[in-house]
Amino acid sequence: MRSGKKLPFVLTGAALLIAACGSSAKSSTTTSAAATTAAAAATTAAPAGTTAAAAGTGPGAGSKKVGFIFVGPKDDFGYNQAAYEGSQALKKKFPDLEVLTAENVPEDDNATRVMEKMVSDGAKIIFATSYGHLDPALKVAAAHPDVAVVQQGNFIKDKVPANSGTYFGTVYEPVYLAGIAAGKATKSNKLGYVYAFPIPQTIANINAFELGAQSVNPAVQTLVVNTSNWCDPAKQAEAAKSLFAQGVDVITQHQDCTATITKAAEEAGKMVVGYHADASSLAPKGWLAGSEWSWGDLYADIVTTALSGKFTGSKYNANYRVGFKDGINPFVQSKFGAGVTADTKALIDKAKADISSPAGSPFKGPIMAQDGTTMFPAGVPDYATVESKNTVFVKGVIGEIPKG
Amino acid sequence: MSLMLVEVLSGGVRGGTSILYAALGESVSERAGVVNLGTEGSMLAGALAGYAVASQTGHPWLGVLAGAVAGGLLAAVHAWIVLHRGGNQLATGLVVLFLGLGLTSLFGASYVQAQAPTFKEWAVPGFSKLPLVGDILFRHDPLVYLSFAAVPALWWLVSRSRWGVILRAAGERSEVLTTNGRRVLPVQYAAVIGGGMLAGIGGVHLSTAYTKAWFENMAQGRGFVAVAVVMFAARQPLKVAGGAYLFGAALALSPALQARGYGINQFALDAVPYVATLTVLIVLGRRRAADLPEGLNKVFEASPSG
Repeated sequence: MRSGKKLPFVLTGAALLIAACGSSAKSSTTTSAAATTAAAAATTAAPAGTTAAAAGTGPGAGSKKVGFIFVGPKDDFGYNQAAYEGSQALKKKFPDLEVLTAENVPEDDNATRVMEKMVSDGAKIIFATSYGHLDPALKVAAAHPDVAVVQQGNFIKDKVPANSGTYFGTVYEPVYLAGIAAGKATKSNKLGYVYAFPIPQTIANINAFELGAQSVNPAVQTLVVNTSNWCDPAKQAEAAKSLFAQGVDVITQHQDCTATITKAAEEAGKMVVGYHADASSLAPKGWLAGSEWSWGDLYADIVTTALSGKFTGSKYNANYRVGFKDGINPFVQSKFGAGVTADTKALIDKAKADISSPAGSPFKGPIMAQDGTTMFPAGVPDYATVESKNTVFVKGVIGEIPKG
Repeated sequence: MSLMLVEVLSGGVRGGTSILYAALGESVSERAGVVNLGTEGSMLAGALAGYAVASQTGHPWLGVLAGAVAGGLLAAVHAWIVLHRGGNQLATGLVVLFLGLGLTSLFGASYVQAQAPTFKEWAVPGFSKLPLVGDILFRHDPLVYLSFAAVPALWWLVSRSRWGVILRAAGERSEVLTTNGRRVLPVQYAAVIGGGMLAGIGGVHLSTAYTKAWFENMAQGRGFVAVAVVMFAARQPLKVAGGAYLFGAALALSPALQARGYGINQFALDAVPYVATLTVLIVLGRRRAADLPEGLNKVFEASPSG
């Protein structure tokens, strides 16, 4: 009797478990940091070095595989998705090249482990695509002089190793242009910026946004809130609420997942400026402008350089920054929302032409810092100077940079 | 300043609601003598199922139903392993959490970019005009109001109803139930699965009301906070509500201060919710030990870490 009654429980439980186990195994191939794509490729890996001689001897020369690590999932509507799409674009341009990818790779020794695995599987070109992947990337580079390890977005402060480098677009350029749209659209003269961590790239974005807005509306202020997390939607929701409560009517963000803040703005009847991806479909009324990634061409050029054995000494064997001045910034303007007037668009086009010329920059001095000291003296700073000076907020940004 | 207080307390209710649902569920489960550390997993399952079903059907309330079922199913796995297979409760709970995390990451990938109808803020006529209280309690989404009703309902169910006596007997001294001619297992199953369903609804609030989006691992530890809240609130629904709102308010404090231009060490500010929880835990620690259902005492004594 008892066992008869128990049976349905046992069966349901077992069915659940079996279903669950099967699925969770599958899940790890798409989401875990275990570089399972690399593992799958292990059996076919060519012995290291056999192909290198054919095309020269520089780091990455003649590699049959290229590896990518991402800090988040490949479908986050943001930074990681854009990098992932860039990696997949390589497959079209280089049909013979195998592209290894690993998602959700933390910014610690796990990254070293995942990259080491890719190297042992035959990848001699590695892209470490998150800011905090730099230290692990440099470790792997030091251990494997024949592998080119490039890192996306950070800055090598000491001497750049012969087989390494960093690359990035000048993200603040399109953000500056989006700031113009925000500055023209705001009624309250208060813009809101939700960010994750006070890294130089983010600070430059916040400053450029405020400077762009100021260029058309001197009274405008930018209020900032950090979430100390690249994607915690609940914290984002609360940050948006707090900013709206202070009278902010245009909000933007530097977060990895962007849907929550975009929808919060739409629902509250506020305007929103996008970042990382075109999310205009989430805010048909409030969407103003934005900036998004288009990595394919830059990745392809780095791979071409490394494959030919000419990586060492190339522009990528450095802290490479590319922007409008060079014509191929991988960070581009998103489409405008319906509410942006022709007048505003004309202003933005004019500003774009200006900052693309040698005589222009979003950070063309003199620019004052929040505390009234001079941040940029008169003149046009180069990309490296802009990056190194953006450690404080400009005048007009309301909020303090937290000290770690 | 009073404006800021209202903002933080209102944010505390809004942000604490998902934790409240999960904690109410966990307190029912613990009353029956089963700790479920998989609560976080049930929240994630509920968050995804709720968002997905709302997206597919166009009805957020169907999402609530789906979220409850998903959260309950995951809790059923926990219940089966613990009650039928003799698994260690704490270890099993963690395994169930990772099961939920993996499953939702896999099946949730296609919903990251999906749109869904969501619960909107609805000011309660009359009440929302009350000074202070109106803004803090009566300008929220329907799931918040539902949780207001759930707290006294659960209190009555656990402390005053006949079913509550049976539930507590199962957790305190199951021999009494057996002697009384009742079977203990169905009671415990019902409590654990019911608890998971509440955690699932908490997840639905997170995805379809609070953040209006699904993203993998979006509970970000709130399920564990819920378990901690239950511990220090001694499984009493009213205190559980207090604890959940306290935690929510601590989370709302950071953006409220920052939007006003105050720069406070972000890491210190982030630690506030945990420090607050820990402090209460320590203060109430002694009482907690005395209040623990006898069935639960066994769980902790049997655990290797004590």
